[in-house]
Amino acid sequence: MCGIIGVIDKQREFMDGSALRDSLSIMNERGSGEGAGYAAYGVYPDYSELYAIHVFYDNLVEPKTQVEDLLETWGMIEHDEEIPTWEQNGIRKIHIPWRYFFRPKTRLMQRSRTPDDEIVKYIVMEVNKSIKGALVFSSGKNLGVFKASGWPEEVANFYRIENYEGYLWLAHNRYPTNTPGWWGGAHPFNLLNWSVVHNGEITSYGTNRRYIESFGYDCSMYTDTEVVAYLMDLLIRRHELTQELAVRALAPPFWEEIERMPEKEQKLTKALRLTYGSAMMNGPFAIAVASPDSMVGFSDRIKLRPLVIGEHDNRLYISSEEAAIRTIDSSITNIYMPRAGDPIVGRTIA
Amino acid sequence: MIIGSRPTKFQVAIDNDQCMLCERCIENCSYGVFRRDNEKILINSRNCVACHRCISQCPRDAIIIKERPCDYRSHPVWTAQVKENIFKQAESGKILLGGMGNAAPYPIIFDQLVLDACQITNPSIDPLREPMELRTYIGKKPKKLEFVKNATGDMDLVTEIAPNLKVETPIMIGHMSYGAISLNAQLSLARAVSEVGTFMGTGEGGLHKALHPYQNNMIVQIASGRFGVDVNYLERGAAIEIKIGQGAKPGIGGHLPGEKVCTDVSCTRMIPEGSDAISPAPHHDIYSIEDLKQLVLSLKEATEWNKPVFVKVAAVHNVAAIAAGIARSGADAVVIDGFRGGTGAAPTIFRDHVGIPIETAVAAVDAKLRKQGIRNEVSIIASGGIRQSADVAKVICLGADAVYIGTAALVAMGCRVCGTCYRGLCTWGIATQRPDLVARLNPDEASQNVKNLIDAWTLELAEFMGAAGINSIESLRGNRDRLRGYMLDQSMLDVLDVKTIGA
Repeated sequence: MCGIIGVIDKQREFMDGSALRDSLSIMNERGSGEGAGYAAYGVYPDYSELYAIHVFYDNLVEPKTQVEDLLETWGMIEHDEEIPTWEQNGIRKIHIPWRYFFRPKTRLMQRSRTPDDEIVKYIVMEVNKSIKGALVFSSGKNLGVFKASGWPEEVANFYRIENYEGYLWLAHNRYPTNTPGWWGGAHPFNLLNWSVVHNGEITSYGTNRRYIESFGYDCSMYTDTEVVAYLMDLLIRRHELTQELAVRALAPPFWEEIERMPEKEQKLTKALRLTYGSAMMNGPFAIAVASPDSMVGFSDRIKLRPLVIGEHDNRLYISSEEAAIRTIDSSITNIYMPRAGDPIVGRTIA
Repeated sequence: MIIGSRPTKFQVAIDNDQCMLCERCIENCSYGVFRRDNEKILINSRNCVACHRCISQCPRDAIIIKERPCDYRSHPVWTAQVKENIFKQAESGKILLGGMGNAAPYPIIFDQLVLDACQITNPSIDPLREPMELRTYIGKKPKKLEFVKNATGDMDLVTEIAPNLKVETPIMIGHMSYGAISLNAQLSLARAVSEVGTFMGTGEGGLHKALHPYQNNMIVQIASGRFGVDVNYLERGAAIEIKIGQGAKPGIGGHLPGEKVCTDVSCTRMIPEGSDAISPAPHHDIYSIEDLKQLVLSLKEATEWNKPVFVKVAAVHNVAAIAAGIARSGADAVVIDGFRGGTGAAPTIFRDHVGIPIETAVAAVDAKLRKQGIRNEVSIIASGGIRQSADVAKVICLGADAVYIGTAALVAMGCRVCGTCYRGLCTWGIATQRPDLVARLNPDEASQNVKNLIDAWTLELAEFMGAAGINSIESLRGNRDRLRGYMLDQSMLDVLDVKTIGA
């Protein structure tokens, strides 16, 4: 089932995490107390030019040494610390969350158009595939993912989420089926600047995984959602599609609709479907994807999962439930449900 | 005379209480099993091939055919088949011929793969209520799209997509030439594919003018004999296929006996009447992958880059690397013909012992192309042993874009897979050029049967997809997560990249 909530402030005004905690908790009906998480953009202004790499360590001996060796090989750790946590009734610190502020050595990845990103992507894939007892779960600039296994309010209090201020938040209340209790399985999933929360199950996962792996991404989280983050990274960063076009590639219109489009749009949409057929996502889903200057929400082509949009002044909300939006903003009036597959995009203008 | 008579393969009997002496069996049997003697039908069982034509026409169900009525002494090594082959070769000193596909009892991998369905965590989709997309585009796709921002700030597409075939269902009909099969058989198939919105191959037999009305749904073939090929032929086809090899007889050529080259066949193939039509083993202008590239590009140039060009190869051990070479040749699709692929005539020893099954070939090719980042360069068409819609679904999960069926389409027209195509006496009017036999196949009826078959499989495919929570064929393609291996060994699971049941 799962519940999602996202909010973006177009003027980049900051919100602390407490409202998100309350909003996510209102959807506890949609979760099972085995996973929740928050992604916040703008939380590390002092290190905004550095990659904030969040790692779960099983212990601080072998895995930590190995991760730090890898980081030092590819760049410089400018600062690192344990992410402060406070144990809750429901959450014991079975993994130790650590964060690094990392500057890659650009010259080591000359063949890429975005060498720094490519280095960090490589490190994330390498750690998650090869280093036992370490898992990178957040790797963007000036953003952080905070997640664990527990109810939304427990996870929020574990990290004291109210201490973080961001202009864009995504949060997720999990009802796991694949990997209950595993912290890495909680959402949001993040790669570089992309964060994803997802309600549903991607029936095309096998196709999507084979496709994305042929571009050098490794799916190591045992769950379908991570593939969305990688697809967004591929389509938008590496293939330079706009967000709208990327969403149209992932949840394209039916052929019947395409045939009714004006010629130019028809040609473009057909080209997207042909080229990115293996990236297309099938099955029931509602997804919100964030990047530093935008948030996109979309559902599967026949809308088998709920998706509600709210707009008020500078804020755009994406959620599974209207109640979750109203918990954050009680005076909101503009709430609607988008058509299946249609992307709803909120962008920062400041 | 040393070897003498062998037990008959089939024993035919007539229930004389039922028989009304209508003589339909005599008329219908082209192999000379039946004749009339006063008030009785006499039988020569030795001539019977079990084509069942007599049974299908008998109004009284009076005919009974039994297989192997007389046993040899059983032996696990020196089976009846082995012994009889030796008898035949001891007498003739020749290569033995057979029709249809591989008849050796290898395990069928398709039957050890099972499909998936949704329960609770995601809903299955009802194809009767929701759209279900089986349309497939066969041809080259770009790796990525290029756009430019125009004056109004919108994105304009710069990339031009190469011509693709639009196929309404991923089931096409493979290449069976005029010569190997009758004109009525080709006409029936052609009408069926044009009604369904799919395609069929001409085979290496040219394109008879009676098929011109259906040319938009026909893929014209260029094989090593170059029969029937001129620019007019190329231009008529919706796509062009270069045949390098076929699953029933990888690595060897073809031979249409002169007796089958009647006036009409001679005109269509552009060869003298009554002459043997011999297709050499290799193309004598393709001795390397570079040569293939030249032919692909020449064909494109000749047709002004309007037609996709396919390359068909037999599934052999190194098929993945071969397909990767083809993908780099400029070809738009690679057709892989597994070792169960049918044929009009092949040396049985080849048919049964050379090549690999289509399931493993598709899995290996798809994996290799993805690894090299060139999967979008070509579509993969799987053929050879596709018997039912489940096979179509499974091979698409393994990575194929579409399938060719051959034998299944013939069976839809009456073929009983008797394996005697090479004798040209097909009682069903399919694999023959004898006018009286050809006339038995009515294209109005047979085309409907073939269309029904494709329609029925398409419906079943839609149900499989809906049950798996998938509403577009793209999401089934290469989706090996939706397959599980049932009692396959680990090395096979690794090749297929499929998990075992329960995992």
